Amino acid sequence: MTDLSIDRHLHQTSVGVNESDARLAGRPAGGRRLGPGRRVPGMLALGPLLLLLAWLLASATGVLDPRTLSAPWTVVGTAGELIADGRLQSNLLASLQRAGTALVLGVAAGLVLALVAGLSRVGEALVDGPIQIKRAVPTVALIPLAILWFGIGEQMKIIIILASVLVPIYLNTYAGLRGIDERYVELAETVGLSRYQFIRRVALPGALPGFFTGLRLGVTMSWLALAVVEQVNATSGIGYLMAQARTYGQTEIIVVGLVGYGIFGLVGDTLVRIVERRSLAWRRTLGG
Amino acid sequence: MAADLGRVSAVRTRGLTRGYGGRAVLDGVDLRIAAGEFVALLGRSGSGKSTLLRALAGLDAGVAGSGELQVPGGSSPGATDSGASAPGASGVAVVFQDSRLLPWARVLDNVILGLGGADARSRGRAALAEVGLADRERAWPSELSGGEQQRVALARSLVRQPELLLADEPFGALDALTRIRMHELLRELCQRHRPAVLLVTHDVDEAVLLADRVLVLERGRIVMDRHIDLDQPRAHRDPAFLTHRETLLAALGVGQRTEREAVS
Repeated sequence: MTDLSIDRHLHQTSVGVNESDARLAGRPAGGRRLGPGRRVPGMLALGPLLLLLAWLLASATGVLDPRTLSAPWTVVGTAGELIADGRLQSNLLASLQRAGTALVLGVAAGLVLALVAGLSRVGEALVDGPIQIKRAVPTVALIPLAILWFGIGEQMKIIIILASVLVPIYLNTYAGLRGIDERYVELAETVGLSRYQFIRRVALPGALPGFFTGLRLGVTMSWLALAVVEQVNATSGIGYLMAQARTYGQTEIIVVGLVGYGIFGLVGDTLVRIVERRSLAWRRTLGG
Repeated sequence: MAADLGRVSAVRTRGLTRGYGGRAVLDGVDLRIAAGEFVALLGRSGSGKSTLLRALAGLDAGVAGSGELQVPGGSSPGATDSGASAPGASGVAVVFQDSRLLPWARVLDNVILGLGGADARSRGRAALAEVGLADRERAWPSELSGGEQQRVALARSLVRQPELLLADEPFGALDALTRIRMHELLRELCQRHRPAVLLVTHDVDEAVLLADRVLVLERGRIVMDRHIDLDQPRAHRDPAFLTHRETLLAALGVGQRTEREAVS
């Protein structure tokens, strides 16, 4: 790194830039040399935009049959109609409520279980095994049993989503708690922290990075599970909208639903990332 | 601090033994440190220095051993239950070789970690001011230099007004210049607050520079107990300083003089 900057420095000076400029110019502009490089505003939208462009081109040239996938403008038009008659909003809201409720409950449950398992051996013995077993069983496979137990209504849907969210929250928070540096535990003992203070000042903040990893996965999982349970006898929600469209072969509505899922998934993930970045301001990592 | 006459010694051990896997690391250590006394503990690596310090700090739960052990505020700080220490004066404070600041807590919050009372923050600020970091209270530990981090760790110990300060090679990871300044700082702070100090180090100069008394530990036993009767501040050039130094080096089994002569 030093060699590199000296090289550039000499080069710049010889070209005739004044010295202070040269010194500034000699510094690598991308931040850390071995980091992923500089952050360009809007760069993250590049991939999705290219994809959209390909879709537009394929539809416009007729390469893409509208029966396979409607053209972007048809989708936009349909979305407009759905919004105008209020069907899109009401169904989106129903889906959001469903996923949101289950997410909140699932995060709470996963967090509590992780704390129980992460902070005591007895808790670990009681909690960790069942969750590992639960993890091995795909949540979707629980649907038949859930229907028999809870019916085909809202309760079953929320429980299935909750069960999917819980696992990544639990696993990552638990790993975060167990990964807390022994030295900090020692410190906590020497300054005489109580159990509560230890949890509040050391264990929870130390496990926060893990929790956020879990939360991001959990948000994605909630959306995933939502799409599945909404195929089961729903009377509202994006999934319901799409199931109906399938019956009538309306691919444009299906695409509107997919875009809806996509947008909300993205928004959810972005929100979590914003909160994460604020909460973990003390971290200096490659991504920061 | 308030050296009540009932407790003349801050630390007292008798026949202290500790061992790992059947091997004795401490082999019957009798140690007394008077209130307000600054004691440096020298020893080669593996001599049991850190084991002794950890025993005094109550950080050796699960380590086999026997013997009597008395430190301020009960048998060990690790075992202090709630309410054992009044807010403010607590028995024992530890400074580790790494500053051991919680990376997710700001500097001031690190200093007052676990401190009760409404005035905790103002006391924390005062402690930070004492170590010359009054303006960094909102910083994250990762934004500080190694020396600054260790000064925060000192502030974290001092704000507790300990009767006993245990320091495990606290300057070992610092560069030579920073270390010199930290020596001055530690000396000042200890003169002002007068805790009993046990400074574990492998730096003979550091020991002679700071301590009232230097102990040499070898294979789990104290083999030398030497008073350093020099006025502060001490100078390395002082012949008496050099005498102490040579004696201690000899006790550590380092033929410093002959080595030097051989080189020059």
